[in-house]
Amino acid sequence: MRAPFVIVTAVALLVAACAEPNPTGTPQIKDINVFAAASLTDAFTRVYDEYAKSNARVRFIFNFGSSSTLATQITNGAPADLFASADQANMQKIVDAMLTDGTPTAFATNRLEIAVLPGNPKKISSLADLARSDVILVLAAPTVPAGKYALEALSKTGVSAKPQSQEVDVRAVLNKVSLGEADAGIVYVTDVKSAGGRVTGVAIPEEQQVLARYPIAVVKSSKNAELAHGFMDYVLSPAGQNVLAEFGFSKP
Amino acid sequence: MRSERPPALFVALAAVGVAFFVLPLVGLVSRASWQTALGDLTSPEALTALRLSLVVSLAATALALLLGVPLAWIYARVPFRGRDVIRALTTLPMILPPVVGGVALLFAFGRRGLVGQALDAMFGIRIPFTTAGAILAATFVAMPFLVLTVESGLRSMDRRYEDAARTLGAGRWLVFRRVTLPLIAPSVFAGAVLCWARALGEFGATITFAGNLPGTTQTLPLAVYIALETRPEVAIMLSLVLLGVSLFILIAMRDRYLRGV
Repeated sequence: MRAPFVIVTAVALLVAACAEPNPTGTPQIKDINVFAAASLTDAFTRVYDEYAKSNARVRFIFNFGSSSTLATQITNGAPADLFASADQANMQKIVDAMLTDGTPTAFATNRLEIAVLPGNPKKISSLADLARSDVILVLAAPTVPAGKYALEALSKTGVSAKPQSQEVDVRAVLNKVSLGEADAGIVYVTDVKSAGGRVTGVAIPEEQQVLARYPIAVVKSSKNAELAHGFMDYVLSPAGQNVLAEFGFSKP
Repeated sequence: MRSERPPALFVALAAVGVAFFVLPLVGLVSRASWQTALGDLTSPEALTALRLSLVVSLAATALALLLGVPLAWIYARVPFRGRDVIRALTTLPMILPPVVGGVALLFAFGRRGLVGQALDAMFGIRIPFTTAGAILAATFVAMPFLVLTVESGLRSMDRRYEDAARTLGAGRWLVFRRVTLPLIAPSVFAGAVLCWARALGEFGATITFAGNLPGTTQTLPLAVYIALETRPEVAIMLSLVLLGVSLFILIAMRDRYLRGV
């Protein structure tokens, strides 16, 4: 008696979940899958909020992660409509796999910053301090853009700092610092900004900086390429650029 | 077991069910590059992860045996108020998302955690980002398998042997060591193997709580995840190792788990 009821309910829920939300008469809402670098989490969510005000018929589903993970997912056939990478190299993987619709366009740049505990109790003032033995340093894995950029900055400085962990993306680095497990991590300027007071930022001087360039492209297999291009254009428009600037991104 | 001709619908649905589980495995095997298999498996990154995984999973199993057997004994023998609740709490990690376990571990044993803060202040001991952290994470998710298996072994054993030993003058410790343990040895072994297998496959709690560093906390599953983006052939080979070990364990223990009750 009870078991069939449970099964029927489960099947009904499943069907309801899979079905296209298409009530009679109203125009269908289209889903756009945006695969975006973890560092874009807050900025892109806001850009979308702005965009959605005038585009009610499009719903965006974000998949934030390390650009390298996202590139791997897309080259293995994940249903992405739009890809925003934190570096050229991972975008190039998509280009090489002939999976882009049009050429990727740079839409933002970002810079590195050292994230430390609020108030900087370990008095970290430079990249060189990250090599100190009393500093627990966490970096992004060298496979992800933030990790690669961090290693570049350290080698420019001639510092051989050993991280205690190589996190899967830049947001995980930020979390380890904001949770107080690590004393310092190398993240993007934008990450420090969006963490609010949970971490303090220590600036990296110009000569040690690495400029991160963010390209965006529509994925060829997109079923809603027009809508995906629409959002990409919005990101590149003055309105979209203003939102990105609020979050600390610079112009490409 | 009485054999019965199955309805066609059941056969069809069952076949889909089997395909659902087998296809991903076939996919994994089909992508493997067998020419480079040996080189991939003996590459430094693979060997480092294999070695660390062995250390972490065995240490986690040892810790689970040390804490889990007494716990199972109490669950099986001592009725006390709240036993079901405590048992539920200690077996929660079996169904809890491991990443939640990792976060919870951080709040307990992390540098700012309930216990971790004191450990750091008093002894200068820090658990996250250490192999000890990876072992704790693995124990957290794997020990319930041991506890439940040993408890059911204790419940189903014939206690008259213990009574007989006791009437012959044996003390409690002697009875436990010489009578109880040998009688539940198969359960302890099965529990330990299951626990080890679960510890070997642990990912979410480890990466959240212990971090990811080759040689220190980057166990096999973490190495697979990281290598997938840069050296997929290594990732696939390591996956096949994990797959082979898991399959071997399940088949070896089929009498216990695959033949029903």
